Amino acid sequence: MDPGLNLRLSSWPALRRPSVVAPVSGDARRAVGGDKTRGASVALCGIEKHYDSVGAVRGVSLDVRSGEFLTLLGPSGSGKTTTLMMIAGFETPNAGDIAIDGSSVLALPPYKRNIGMVFQNYALFPHLTAADNIGFPLKQRGIDRATRTRLVAASLERVHLSGYERRYPRQLSGGQQQRVALARAIVFHPRLLLMDEPLGALDKQLRENLQLEMRRLHADLGITFIYVTHDQEEALTMSDRVAVMNEGVVVQVGTPEDLYDRPCNRFVAAFIGESNFLSAVVRGIERNMLILDCAGTTIRAMALQTPTAGEGVTLAIRPERLRFADGTASMAENRIAITVTDMVFAGDCCRYLCHTDSGASLVLKQPSGSTGRRRHPGERADILWPAGDAVIV
Amino acid sequence: MPSRVTPILLVVPLTLYMLAFYALPVASMLLRSIADPSWTVENYLRLAHDSVFLAVSWNTLRTALVVTLGTLLLGYPVALALSRLRHGAAAVVLAIVLLPFWTSVLVRSYAWMVLLGRRGLINELLLSAGLIDSPLRLLNTPLAVHVAMIHILLPYMILPIASVLRQIDRALLRAAAGLGASPRRVFSQVVLPLSVPGVVAGILLVFVLSLGFYITPALVGGPRDLMLSMLIAQQVDLLNWPYAACLSVALLAMTLLLILVLQRLPAVRAVLRAATQ
Repeated sequence: MDPGLNLRLSSWPALRRPSVVAPVSGDARRAVGGDKTRGASVALCGIEKHYDSVGAVRGVSLDVRSGEFLTLLGPSGSGKTTTLMMIAGFETPNAGDIAIDGSSVLALPPYKRNIGMVFQNYALFPHLTAADNIGFPLKQRGIDRATRTRLVAASLERVHLSGYERRYPRQLSGGQQQRVALARAIVFHPRLLLMDEPLGALDKQLRENLQLEMRRLHADLGITFIYVTHDQEEALTMSDRVAVMNEGVVVQVGTPEDLYDRPCNRFVAAFIGESNFLSAVVRGIERNMLILDCAGTTIRAMALQTPTAGEGVTLAIRPERLRFADGTASMAENRIAITVTDMVFAGDCCRYLCHTDSGASLVLKQPSGSTGRRRHPGERADILWPAGDAVIV
Repeated sequence: MPSRVTPILLVVPLTLYMLAFYALPVASMLLRSIADPSWTVENYLRLAHDSVFLAVSWNTLRTALVVTLGTLLLGYPVALALSRLRHGAAAVVLAIVLLPFWTSVLVRSYAWMVLLGRRGLINELLLSAGLIDSPLRLLNTPLAVHVAMIHILLPYMILPIASVLRQIDRALLRAAAGLGASPRRVFSQVVLPLSVPGVVAGILLVFVLSLGFYITPALVGGPRDLMLSMLIAQQVDLLNWPYAACLSVALLAMTLLLILVLQRLPAVRAVLRAATQ
């Protein structure tokens, strides 16, 4: 098992002193020296990318703030990787503009953009040792051998791989390769780090460790991270903000809490976490709450949108917000009658599969430590949820 | 569970074939070089002072070197293009590379005779263009041998290099560019070092094939530019079997020695290690 990343900022070499480096361009000098803000801001403005007239990215506009950890989250084919590749400069948008720190970078080739990047399968150079891999970006910037050796050693220490200098990538485990790739992407102190599913190939436990380490690395470096993943749990754990993408457009941008509690549509509600969907008809609005009719039962929901009376809507509720009625329902809770179809023990919770009298199926999660009585398949029960926890999608 | 004997049984037919048609003739050749008409090593001792043998050996080595270098310089860019073209275009270029490969060496050598001859296409063109007054001597020169052999052996250089270049992960090139390497540096620091196994394979193939080349130098080369294989054929024609056998052994030894020496190079060792892993 890999040791944790050691991320003390004090161990970071004096990379920001312009005297130790000889940057090849003004961009590099700005990145390595001078600027007070350590993270770059990125502005995507209506970018589009078509392949053979099929739109892979269809008008993405997004503002990434300086020093932010932003995740592009979406299923495969949603255009998230293509968007990242356009920021890096490996793909050219058919329309729109990409600006870093306010100036367009579309005319710059990738090697002049001074962006750190971690690839899906690490993309370590197989003919170079770990040290030479990490030293590669420094070498391109004309930094002398002695400084390079020092920076590489410091950076290896930072990812807790000291002593692995002379190993070749094939002699390293997946997790170690990942750390070398990370060290290589930040050793030249870019102000923007792009990551394309960097943890995709690792097993679950290692992935969770590295998620937390990367989060800490982000806090220490203070640079802007743009992270691409299809794993919603990873996106929620790590990001300041998440941009959910589907079919080439950004569906919703927000903090993890925003997206989880207030998904803007059915796609987001289903893609992030788990959601129950109920069909209902709008009856009216009362003190910011919608009054709905769900197959004969009157329920309430948050009015994020304002549908007109008589309109059919879909209601989304998280399974862990549902509970069985044990006689202590408050007025603020909705109540609906169901029949338990099945019960699955999942360690930290029991999952109940239920169906309403009108045939809609619902999932209810009961925490394992809950005092509530276990229900059995075939049993009839009432379930409750706080009116504020259900949203119209 | 498969028996441990099965793999051995699988190679038995080929082993018997090689014994009957390769090992036995080579052994009989060896035998002839030292036992015809009576046991002697005199043939070999003579080789060291045999000025014909030394000159021909030198010419053979030099030709092989020039041809290897020529195929490498001409072949590498083609291999690079092959690895970078889209599938359709790559197939067309590959067909162009392979077309001569599928044509008999004899036919291709005759074609070069037609092109390079005194009244050949090149001389006729140059004459009619007024660039020269009398036909150039192109055929039966070392140059003709080099040109024709480079042409014939090019696929052996291009194919292994292209195959290795094709296997280079595109993400590595992107990573290099993303880390600040200009296209030229991406080539010199990533593509070139990663293509070394292909280059080594190509060099070995072309060099070893060049050493034993016969038809092409015999047809387009001059009487003074003898290659070892031609000298051997000459001696066989003269029914000088012991000397011919001795020359054959010398050629075989030279080839093996070269492979052994090349094998010691780190790059070649890496290739061989990768091949056996």
